[in-house]
Amino acid sequence: MLANYGYKDGSGDFFITIDTDQCDGCGACVQACPAGCFAVGEDPHDPLRDEPVAMVSETQRKKLKYACAACKPASGRGPLPCVQACPQNALVHSW
Amino acid sequence: MAEEYWRWTESRWTDPDLKWQDAKIITAGVDVGSVSSQAVVMLDGRLYCYGNTRTGSNSPDSAVKVMNMALEGTGLKIEDLQYTVGTGYGRVNVPFGNRAITEIACHARGANFMYGPSVRTVLDMGGQDCKAIHCDDRGKVTNFLMNDKCAAGTGRGMEVFADLLSVPINDVGELSLKVEDEPPPVSSTCVVFAKSEASGLLREGWPKEKVLAAYCSAMAHRVFTLLERIGMEKEFAITGGIAKNVGVVSRLEKELGVKALKAKIDTQIAGAIGAALFAKALVEKEGKKK
Repeated sequence: MLANYGYKDGSGDFFITIDTDQCDGCGACVQACPAGCFAVGEDPHDPLRDEPVAMVSETQRKKLKYACAACKPASGRGPLPCVQACPQNALVHSW
Repeated sequence: MAEEYWRWTESRWTDPDLKWQDAKIITAGVDVGSVSSQAVVMLDGRLYCYGNTRTGSNSPDSAVKVMNMALEGTGLKIEDLQYTVGTGYGRVNVPFGNRAITEIACHARGANFMYGPSVRTVLDMGGQDCKAIHCDDRGKVTNFLMNDKCAAGTGRGMEVFADLLSVPINDVGELSLKVEDEPPPVSSTCVVFAKSEASGLLREGWPKEKVLAAYCSAMAHRVFTLLERIGMEKEFAITGGIAKNVGVVSRLEKELGVKALKAKIDTQIAGAIGAALFAKALVEKEGKKK
């Protein structure tokens, strides 16, 4: 499943997509993110899944533009820590 | 007293051909949304009865109220329900619920039940959010995208316009189609600014149906961009209250170039149906463990 967490408002589209078919709930993203954007637990959108899965934390989900701002400076932006940390390449940012 | 233009038709229904006394597995789904609440009872996975009402200020009370509304006249009581799954915004507050499951999973399952296994793209236009969901032939979610930060493309947005134009919300869709020439859409995506823009159009002499057409058009486009992001795979179905708004639906179908499947069941109960089906799956799963 491609879980697109985030929102669209007047200032743009801000979505983090987690490919739950690739994710095994290892939690590397949780460790890598300086803003607490991720959590690992029971899949909220697949109640019959037994394995834990990564998801965007509810506290940051509707503030991603600001939560992710530290890792996305206007210039000199490097690779994103969360995307790099994921061993399964399950993470994609839409902006 | 102010007229309540936002008031859409509440409803309940019981299948006259089914008897709950003959059923092996009696499960229920309760979808407590921010605007509306639905309760559905299924007998061995078959739709038995449902209720659809406005959510009040108290979620647990709404859950009980809508469940009793669904059960009215059937002789079934809440205590007879073997397993209840809560979904929607107030899902953790269903007092008689056994488990909470998110509305994305429930709408996919519900749409699969209502529209059949050919559905691949489900659009839920709810009271305060808008979801685009891809599912497989069993109603399992394969892709989803939800926008619950913005009122554009939601029931609340439509309520604002119904109120502004003093048009009962049930009539908005039909009225918007009475325009001779389709006007350009309202330029603001934000409902707050769209309302100001509409006031301006009314002052310029635009008739109500033209303003409604412009807003329905803007809403259809807003929702179209959400669908564009995850892609359109046929068959396409719409759930939620705005599925009943022919003004938005017809304009969306035109922009997509795809016709949505038509439902015979109230489109607002899709979430509760999915929840009741999950309840049945969980009863069966627990039955196997013993």
